[in-house]
Amino acid sequence: MRDERLLNRIDWVTAGIFFALVMIGWVNIYAADFDPATAESIFNLNQSSGKQVIWILSTVVIIATILLIDSKLIEAFSWIIYAVVILLLLAVLIFGTEVAGSRSWFQIGSFRLQPSEFTKFATALALAAYLSKRNDLQNIRTLLTAAAIFLVPMSLIVFQGDAGTALVFTSLILVLFKEGMSPIFLIIPIVFILIFLLTLLVAKTPLIIGILTLAALAIGFSKRTFRQIAIISATAFVFLLTVFSVDFVLNDVLKPHQQRRIQLLVNPGSDPLGVGWNVTQSKIAIGSGGIAGKGFLNGTQTKFDFVPAQTTDFIFCTVGEEYGWLGTTLVLVLFGTLLLRILSIADRQKSNFSKVYGYGVASIILFHVVVNVSMTIGLFPVIGIPLPFVSYGGSSLWAFTILLFILLKLDAQRMQVLQRL
Amino acid sequence: MKEQSLIIRFLVILLIGSLITRLFFIQVLADDYKLAAENNIVQRIVEYPYRGLIYDRNENLIAHNDPIYDLMVVPKEVDAEDSTHLISLLKLEAGEYTERMRKARRYSTLLPSTFDTQISPTQFAEIQDQIGKARGFYIRTRTYRSYNYATMSNALGYVGEISSRMLSADTSGFYRGGDYVGISGLERAYEHQLRGKRGTTFKMVNVRGLVQGDFRDGSFDTLPEPGKNIQITLDLELQQYAERLMENKRGSVVAIEPSTGEILAFVSSPGYDPSLLTGRQFSENFRILQNDSLKPLFNRPIQAMYPPGSMFKTVQSLVALQEGVVRPFERIYNDNSLIGDLAPPGEYDITKAITYSSNNFFYQVFRRVILKGDNKNQYLNTRVGLEKWREYLNKFGLGRKLELDIPGERSGYIPTLERYDRIYGTNRWRFSNIYSLSIGQGELLVTPLQMANLGAILANRGHYIQPHLVKAVDGQAVELVRNEVGVDPQHYDVVINGMEKVIQQGSGIRAFIADIPICGKTSTVENPPYPDHSGFMGFAPKENPQIAIAAYVENAGQGGRAAAGTASLLIEYYIKGEISRPYLEKYVLNGIFSNARRETTE
Repeated sequence: MRDERLLNRIDWVTAGIFFALVMIGWVNIYAADFDPATAESIFNLNQSSGKQVIWILSTVVIIATILLIDSKLIEAFSWIIYAVVILLLLAVLIFGTEVAGSRSWFQIGSFRLQPSEFTKFATALALAAYLSKRNDLQNIRTLLTAAAIFLVPMSLIVFQGDAGTALVFTSLILVLFKEGMSPIFLIIPIVFILIFLLTLLVAKTPLIIGILTLAALAIGFSKRTFRQIAIISATAFVFLLTVFSVDFVLNDVLKPHQQRRIQLLVNPGSDPLGVGWNVTQSKIAIGSGGIAGKGFLNGTQTKFDFVPAQTTDFIFCTVGEEYGWLGTTLVLVLFGTLLLRILSIADRQKSNFSKVYGYGVASIILFHVVVNVSMTIGLFPVIGIPLPFVSYGGSSLWAFTILLFILLKLDAQRMQVLQRL
Repeated sequence: MKEQSLIIRFLVILLIGSLITRLFFIQVLADDYKLAAENNIVQRIVEYPYRGLIYDRNENLIAHNDPIYDLMVVPKEVDAEDSTHLISLLKLEAGEYTERMRKARRYSTLLPSTFDTQISPTQFAEIQDQIGKARGFYIRTRTYRSYNYATMSNALGYVGEISSRMLSADTSGFYRGGDYVGISGLERAYEHQLRGKRGTTFKMVNVRGLVQGDFRDGSFDTLPEPGKNIQITLDLELQQYAERLMENKRGSVVAIEPSTGEILAFVSSPGYDPSLLTGRQFSENFRILQNDSLKPLFNRPIQAMYPPGSMFKTVQSLVALQEGVVRPFERIYNDNSLIGDLAPPGEYDITKAITYSSNNFFYQVFRRVILKGDNKNQYLNTRVGLEKWREYLNKFGLGRKLELDIPGERSGYIPTLERYDRIYGTNRWRFSNIYSLSIGQGELLVTPLQMANLGAILANRGHYIQPHLVKAVDGQAVELVRNEVGVDPQHYDVVINGMEKVIQQGSGIRAFIADIPICGKTSTVENPPYPDHSGFMGFAPKENPQIAIAAYVENAGQGGRAAAGTASLLIEYYIKGEISRPYLEKYVLNGIFSNARRETTE
C-alpha cells in the first residue's frame, strides 16, 4: 500500500527525462564505440554499451533503495555521508590508483570507483543540512562555514590532480546566492574571471590604461568622499594586481597541460594538430552533423576514433554528429526542462533541507551540462567532466542517479514532512 | 517566488539557450566542418596500372613488370620495443632506424610514409611474416620495370622516378611526385602508350590511417587501366648475336628490313644490361654508367657521327648517274695523280670503281657533279653544284634526322655553303677545297642508322621506308612512311653489281658466303690522329633483299676486317639462322684486327 502511494507521488516528469537521457546516452555510447568491421551488438559486454546496460540496470537497484529509505534518515545521515566521503577522498589519495594523471580511483579487481563523483551529492546534502538550520548568510562566519563545506572536498580533489571535478563544486555558490548570500560574492569571481580572460586576449598596457581610466571616471562621478575614493582605488588596485598576476598564475601555478588548454581557449587555431587536436576534432564532429545529422552509426568522426574519450566526456559529439542540431537541441532542451523542473520541485518543498538540496542538485547538473557541452565546442577548456546521465561510466551514472533520486524521494515525502509538523 | 530563484531560472535558460544558439552557428550555418570531417576520413589511394609489356618481332617477352614492396610506417602506431627486432630484420645500420623514423615523423605522425623502398621479392619473402608483427608497419606493393634479357638497353631506354623538371613540364597534370616514367629510349618515346591510366580508390580511414571500408560504397572509384603492350621490330636473337660480336669493341651495328624499314638489330657497344637501371640500385648504377669512359649510355646508332668513308661512293655514283654526268658503263681513266689511292691506275667504270674502291674515279665523278653548271666563274659553279648535291643527300636521309621513334637522334652533317664561306671566305673556295667529300671524308658526318638506311635504299633500288623500332602498339601495326630518294631505279644496277663484286673479289671478300649473294661496301674511315674506324654497309641477298646492314667498329682499321666480318656473320645468322664459318666468328670475337693504322684511304 505504502509503495503504491509512494510511486504515485514520484515526480514522473523528472523520472521520465532521466530515463530519456539515460537511453540517449546508451544509444550514443554504442554508436561512438561502434566498429563497422565487427558490428557488435549493443548488448555485447565487451563493448561500452553492453557494460552501460549493467550500470543502467544497477541504477534501478539504487533508485529502489533510495525510494525505500525514509527521507528523514537521509537528512539525518547527511553529515555522516559527508564525513564518509571526505574520508574516502583522503583514502584515495593514499590507496588510490592513478589513471591519466589523477589519483582519484579505487581499483577493486576490474571494478573502478571514483569517490569524487559521490562527493557531489554528499556535499549537496551537507550544505543543505547546514543551511536548513541557518538563515544568516549575510554573516561572514556563516558564509565561510558554508563555503568550507564544499571547499574542503574541492581542495582534496585538487590534490588528486582532478581540477575539473573540483571546479564543479564552485557551482554551489549558486545555492549560497539563493539562500541569501550577497550577490557581490557571485559578481566578484565573475569579474575576476573576465579580467583574467581579458588579460589573455588583450595586451597588458591597454588593459591597465583602461582600468585606470575607469577608476578615474568612477572617482570623478562619485561623491568623492574619502571612503568612496578609497574603495574605488582599492578595487582598481586589486584589478591591476590580477592583471599582473596572470603571467605568474599561468606559468607557475597551472600545470603545463592546463596552461595549454587555457591558451587554446584564447587562440583555438594555434595548434590544430597538437593540443588543439581534441577540440578541433570534437568541433568537426559536431559541426559536420548539420541540421539532422548523419544518422545512427554513420558518424565518421566518432566511429573512426578522431574524437577522444568519445563515450565519456565527449559523448555529446556523437549526438551532434549523428543527430545534428535537432539532436543536440533535443538533449539540451531535455536538460533545460529537467533543471527548471528540479527548481520547481525545490521551490515546492516544505522543508528547508529539501529546498536547499534541490538547488544544489540543479547547480551541479547545470554546471556539468554547460561546461561539458562548452568543452566539446571549444568554449571552455577541456577539464574532463562527464555529461550527466549520458556519458559512459558507472561512478558518474550512479552518482547522478543518487543525486537526483534523493531529491525525488524528498519530494515524494514532502507531504509527510508537513504532516509531522 | 523569490528574486534569487528567478535569477537562477533565468541563468539556466540563458546558458542552455546560448549553447543551442552557438550549436546552431556551428552545425547549421557553418559548412566547413562537413568538409573537414570528410578530409579526415577519406584517403585517396592511387592504384598504379601495369606498364605495357614489350615484345620483340618474334613475340619474345622483352620487358615486363615485377612486384616490388615498400615498407610503410605510421609513426604514431609504432611500438618502440619493435625497433631492435626491425633493425636486425632489415639489416639497417646503427642510427639509420632513428633517422628514418625522424623523417617519417616530420612528414606526419598519422599518415603513412615510406620507411624502406623497393624491397625485392626474395627479401620480402624473408621478412613478410615478421613485419606483420611490428605495429605501425605495413607493406605496400607496387611494380617495377624488369627486363628479361641483358640486351637492347640502348633501344629500350629506362624507367625512373620523375624529375622535378619533368613534373613541372607536365601540363596535363598526369604525374605526381615519385611516379615512375620512361626517361629514355622506347620507354620514353612510347610513355603515353605504355603508362596506362591510374585508378583511384577512396577509402575511409580511422584516426590511425587504417582502412575502414569504401567511401560512399566506392562510387567515386576508378579502376586502373593497364598500359598498352608494344611489339618492337628488333629480333631478339639477332640482336643478342650482334651484341656478342661487338663485345669488347666500340662501335655500332644497325640492321634494317629494307621492305618495311623495321630495325632488326640496333647495337651500341659497349652497352649495358638494362636491368642495371631498374629497382633500388638505379641511382648507383646510373652514376657508374655515366662516369664510364666508354660511355655505355651513349646511343651510338643514332648519336655517334662518323665520316661515311668509302661506302659513300655508292651515293656518289647514284647522284652522278641521275645527274647524267656519267653513263652507266662509261670508262674513265685514272692516273692516280689526283688523290691518294689503293686501287691501281687504269680505266674504271662505276662497277669497277666501286669494286676496287677507286678514289681517283670518284674524285673525277664528283668534280663533274659539282662543276656541272656552265657558269664561267668556277667559284660560283662550285656553289651551285654543291647546293644541288646537298639536295640529293638530304633525300638519301643524310644531314637530317630520320625521325626514328626514339629520342636523341642526331642528324649527321653535310657541309653547307656557309660552312665553306666561313672557312675560306665567301666565294673563295672551289672544288679543290672540297674534293675530300667525293670519297666520303672531309666535313661529312653520318650516323650508323643513316648508313643502314642507305643499305635499305640500295636494296630497295630507290626508296626507303622510314626506319622504326616499334612494329605494333596494342596489336595495331604502325603506319609505314615511304620516302623516294629521287634517283631512278635503272641507275642502281651498276652500283649494286659493284657492291656484289666488293664481296666477291674486292675489299669485302671476308664477308663472302657461297650461298648468299651479299652486296656491300667497306669503309676505312680516316680518324686522324687515331686509328681508322672499320666500316661496312650492305644488304643481302642481292635479289629480294631481306636485310640491310651498317657496321662501324671504332679504331679497328680496315673496313674489310671487323665491320665486314661482323656484318657478314649477322647476315648469315639472320637469313640462315646459323653460322657456317666458325673461323670468321672466332676472328671477329677475337677482336684483334692487325694493322689498324694505315697511311692512305682504301
